[in-house]
Amino acid sequence: MKIEVARREVPTRLALILSSVLSLLLALIVAGVIFLGYGVDPIEAYKRIFSGSFLSPYGFFETVVKAIPLMVCGVGLSIAFRARLWNIGAEGQLLMGAIGATWIALSFPEAPAIALQPAMFLIGFVFGAVWGLIPGILRAKFGSEVAITSLMMNYIAQRILEYLVYGPWKGPGEWGFPYTTKFSVSGQLPRLLGTRIHYPTLLLGLGLSVALYVLTTRTRFGFEVRVTGENPEAARYAGMSFLRIAILTMLISGGLAGLAGVGEVAGVQLRLRTGISTGYGYTAIIVTWLGRLNSLLVVPVSLLLGGMLVGGDAIQLIGLPFAAIDIFNGLILLFVVGGEILMEYEVKVRFQ
Amino acid sequence: MAERRSKEKEGPYAVEMVKITKRFLDVLANDRVSFSVTSGEIHALLGENGAGKTTLMNILYGLYQADEGEIYIRGKRVSIRSPRDAMQLGIGMVHQHFKLVATNTIAENIALGLQLGDLRTAVKFPWLFQNPLPDVERRIKELSERYGLRIDSRSRIWQLSLGEQQRVEIFKALFRGVDVLILDEPTAVLTPKEAEELFRTLRTMASEGHAVIFITHKLDEVVRISDRVTVLRNGRVVASLRTSETDKKQLARLMIGREVLFRLEKERVQAGTPVLEVRELEALNDKGLPALRGVSLKVCSGEILGIAGVAGNGQKELVEVVTGLRKATGGEVRILEKEVTNLSPRSVAKQGVAHIPEERIRVGVVPSMKVSENLMLRNYRTHEFTRGPFLDAGFINEHSRRLVGEYNVQTPSVNTPVKLLSGGNIQRLILAREMSGDPKLIIAAHPTYGLDVGATEQIRQLLLRQRKKGVAVLLVSEDIEEIMSLSDRIAVMFEGRIIGEMPAEEASIEAIGMMMAGMKP
Repeated sequence: MKIEVARREVPTRLALILSSVLSLLLALIVAGVIFLGYGVDPIEAYKRIFSGSFLSPYGFFETVVKAIPLMVCGVGLSIAFRARLWNIGAEGQLLMGAIGATWIALSFPEAPAIALQPAMFLIGFVFGAVWGLIPGILRAKFGSEVAITSLMMNYIAQRILEYLVYGPWKGPGEWGFPYTTKFSVSGQLPRLLGTRIHYPTLLLGLGLSVALYVLTTRTRFGFEVRVTGENPEAARYAGMSFLRIAILTMLISGGLAGLAGVGEVAGVQLRLRTGISTGYGYTAIIVTWLGRLNSLLVVPVSLLLGGMLVGGDAIQLIGLPFAAIDIFNGLILLFVVGGEILMEYEVKVRFQ
Repeated sequence: MAERRSKEKEGPYAVEMVKITKRFLDVLANDRVSFSVTSGEIHALLGENGAGKTTLMNILYGLYQADEGEIYIRGKRVSIRSPRDAMQLGIGMVHQHFKLVATNTIAENIALGLQLGDLRTAVKFPWLFQNPLPDVERRIKELSERYGLRIDSRSRIWQLSLGEQQRVEIFKALFRGVDVLILDEPTAVLTPKEAEELFRTLRTMASEGHAVIFITHKLDEVVRISDRVTVLRNGRVVASLRTSETDKKQLARLMIGREVLFRLEKERVQAGTPVLEVRELEALNDKGLPALRGVSLKVCSGEILGIAGVAGNGQKELVEVVTGLRKATGGEVRILEKEVTNLSPRSVAKQGVAHIPEERIRVGVVPSMKVSENLMLRNYRTHEFTRGPFLDAGFINEHSRRLVGEYNVQTPSVNTPVKLLSGGNIQRLILAREMSGDPKLIIAAHPTYGLDVGATEQIRQLLLRQRKKGVAVLLVSEDIEEIMSLSDRIAVMFEGRIIGEMPAEEASIEAIGMMMAGMKP
């Protein structure tokens, strides 16, 4: 018997989907083993996660609430990842977006909602975009790796936020908590009746998902992004400017994460405070990978992972730490990225 | 194992390779090559790039296995299945790209190659967990005195020049007690002074009874250092001679070939006005060293200027500077009287410059993307392809189908990823794309390299057709036959300069071969 490993020319569409599904299953199995180590029956745990997130109305609404920032960030990441710019900085870009929106909301509390809320989204986009732009320019001008610089930008954003809520923006009526004052009513996004689903952000995310799909597949700019990602040498030969692509994709990617931040402060927390994001920007990386960098697929995947986050609350009841969800998410990413490499090869077994 | 006595009276050859054949997919890299070396001799293996020299030596070193043929070491038939087998048989090889650990010292790198219980090694490998470095360092000192190789065993590899790193590789081989040392184009990375030192060392080794095999395409070196020379061309041995009984002129002719394979029907075309003018162009290579040292040339409409030369003499940099992919550090480039020096690749292309790049898969196409997308790679911005910011899918499909048909690109559909196409079809695709923009100037780098006879013929015809249309063509190729049969004028590049230029009808293979090897006409 002879086992050969050979490069596969083109992975089939079926193989791609199978690989995503298989990664999920493998993550479930491996995480299950860890759950067993805690003395928790994994089947029971998964049942709880699933029923907690998808089967009860309250659970499902919460799943949507958590899916919104994942979706908006994930859609943005999809275009940066297409250009092979590994933006790990969605978390920081999200926080900057939240800061930008808060600044507007606190500065103009009396403005009517119809003017105030678009302004908050606009400034949130700009703040996030600037945060994404910096690693993009550093990459194009000095060749520094975006994965590292964008990650470092996250910590800076985190500290800026802490400085603001512990310092100049601390609300006088908040009993010394690191919170800003609650936004005025016109600064609060409308929600679906009886839920925390801030639908303007949801609709914005769905619209952007379609828009970015069209942008990457149907436009000249999208073509340039794909060529740059697939073969930067050919892109240079074709006269495409890497600087321009790096700037624009990181700007879009960061800006969208900023929009997600606006949704979180104006739609969920209604004020700026520490801990407004429980790592949405990081989880969004997994969402985008599982969605195969396709912004349309990002939508269902964000719902799935949003459910995981809600399920994280449920499993604490049966004696698992919330961080078990992080382990699970990490495992998914590991298997998806690992599967990506394995997919380029095929194993042939020959009997002689 | 069969014993085999050589006919020569000095006993069996140190190495004898008999009728070695090696195929890579459809390419015949070695075709029934027989080759032998005696102990105490320096044997040059001469040939152009792609002649099969390195393949043959990689077979001897166990990196490849021959499809057919036999190898005898000191008269004994052997099968060499890996470099480890080769080392056990006393064969060492110094590759063009060194295999050293940059952050470790010289002594550590040499110690790495030693094997427990290997009897050939010059240092007895100590007990596991015992530090071998003192022994290794002492031995390095002895060897460096004996062979005149200056070396400090405690320096770290990253601190060394390429010449010094090469010495470390030679040391590794000496430590393993090699009888046969193979060097793959060893002087390519050396300064003239370092080359001089290398030659002295090789002489010493030969006089001690080692067999040295020296791969090269430089005639000068063959004549200076070797005792015997075997010339390879297109995977076959064309001659094996005593160096003392031949001369550079004969070797040049043997290396390059006697006659032009293709006699293309080339119509007379009256050369017109200058399209490309290059003056005193200077540029650096990727390592930051001067690659172009004042190149001047001119190509007129309806004319093909062929640039001959051995790879690495600045041709690649010349093409890149002219097309805007590399910055010039001096001089100027003009296209149709307009100065384009150091403009972006896009601005240069806009002047009507088509570029058939040297590395067609790495640079010329996006392998994972569709045929249709690759066909619009260079002109997707033009209004035909777009409607506002959107791409016009209808036009793109129609355009791709037309080009695929016109240029005979064999593909299942225009939606097939390019990486599934054969080399010839990828090249036809690139030509289709580049010619479709009605260029004024075509820069073609090694346009038929690695292609089969049919595709080669077709691509040459395409270039001639463009010439007839009045397009200026700058053709860079290592294939002398191609240069001779296509060009109107021929320039030869050597070490970043144009060493000579002549009309094609006055050019002879010998003259070009001599210039390629660095000898002024």
